[in-house]
Amino acid sequence: MDVRSTEPELRALMMAGLDGDAAAHKALLERLSNQLRAYFKAQLGRFNRGPVEAEDLVQEALIAIHTRRHTYDPSQLFTPWVYGIARYKFVDYLRRTKASINDLPIEDAGEVTAQDDRAHVESSLDLEKLMAGLSPRVRQVIQYVKLDGLSVSEAAVRCGMSESNVKVSVHRGLKALALQIGKEGADHED
Amino acid sequence: MKTDQLIDMLSTNVEPVKTGQVWKPLIWALAIGGVASFCVMLATVGLRTEAAGVSHLGFLALKVLFMLSLVGVGTALLIKLIRPGQDGRKLFTFIFLPFLAAGLAGIVALALEPSAAWHPMILGTQWVTCLYCIPVFAIAPFALLIWALRKGAPTNLQRTGAIAGLVAGALGATAYAFHCSDDSLPFIAIWYGAMVLLCAWIGARLGPRLLRW
Repeated sequence: MDVRSTEPELRALMMAGLDGDAAAHKALLERLSNQLRAYFKAQLGRFNRGPVEAEDLVQEALIAIHTRRHTYDPSQLFTPWVYGIARYKFVDYLRRTKASINDLPIEDAGEVTAQDDRAHVESSLDLEKLMAGLSPRVRQVIQYVKLDGLSVSEAAVRCGMSESNVKVSVHRGLKALALQIGKEGADHED
Repeated sequence: MKTDQLIDMLSTNVEPVKTGQVWKPLIWALAIGGVASFCVMLATVGLRTEAAGVSHLGFLALKVLFMLSLVGVGTALLIKLIRPGQDGRKLFTFIFLPFLAAGLAGIVALALEPSAAWHPMILGTQWVTCLYCIPVFAIAPFALLIWALRKGAPTNLQRTGAIAGLVAGALGATAYAFHCSDDSLPFIAIWYGAMVLLCAWIGARLGPRLLRW
């Protein structure tokens, strides 16, 4: 992961995100997801693992970066911190899939580099399953606003809730979902 | 699930986060763990009962100094290890210095005595008590340190577990020092040193399981 040249930029985004700047945080996660994808694909390529596994790891690392961002020390470089998390998640992945690593066919080897580097590869984390852990009302609102792409007012009419209630439910739901993804990511493939 | 979807979710409702706080749970774990260790010592074997002389206090001070120097270096290392990207490699060598100093002191003390006197100096009167007391006294601080470390993001779980075990063992040994009636340098170097290293080894074995995130 050669991000040395992007260090100042990423660090600035991180610092703004730590202060509560959502746009900077989003920009940071987007930038990092590309770098993480390249990193995990390169690592997984050596183990004949495909892009779905790489995407799993990208998402796990993003969640870790998000939920563990309080462990970043602003007096230190940002890149080694990200690299530390990415590397940890990769080692953890190897450890928990150790049993099956030798079972993989060698024919898959070329696939990794043949894949396009964009985010349309989906991870195997099942959103439906994660959503099942939410309360029915919050799940419904998330479904309308975040997945079906309805506007807040449309969702409010369908649910028979006020617009501000819909907004609050979305925020709560996302937080709960992020927590669940973290758990799911950690238990995943155990 | 698409990664863009996840990023949208994670960057909604972003709360400001403070970064300078990860060491606080560790300090709490040390303080409470140390007190707990001492209480377990009082409740089980109790304070040293025989008449305390100046030489006893001197040896007590040496034992406590040996162990607290390990707690100090170990804690500094844990504060590094709890953050990704910092392995504390430079500090790591310092952890061996207290063992080295105690070992040398023990050898010198033995060299000054005829070999006939070595046996009691090394085995003391209650090395067996020392053998099980230190690991038992280390349990509470170890559990608290693991709790504190899980609030951070250690990436080298084996090493972090080992240092947590070492610090917990050193706290347990500090508590044990207030009971211990064996006043000889070789005894301190061998039994205190070995028990703390045993705790570190157990910590290294448990670390990957307990600290995983």
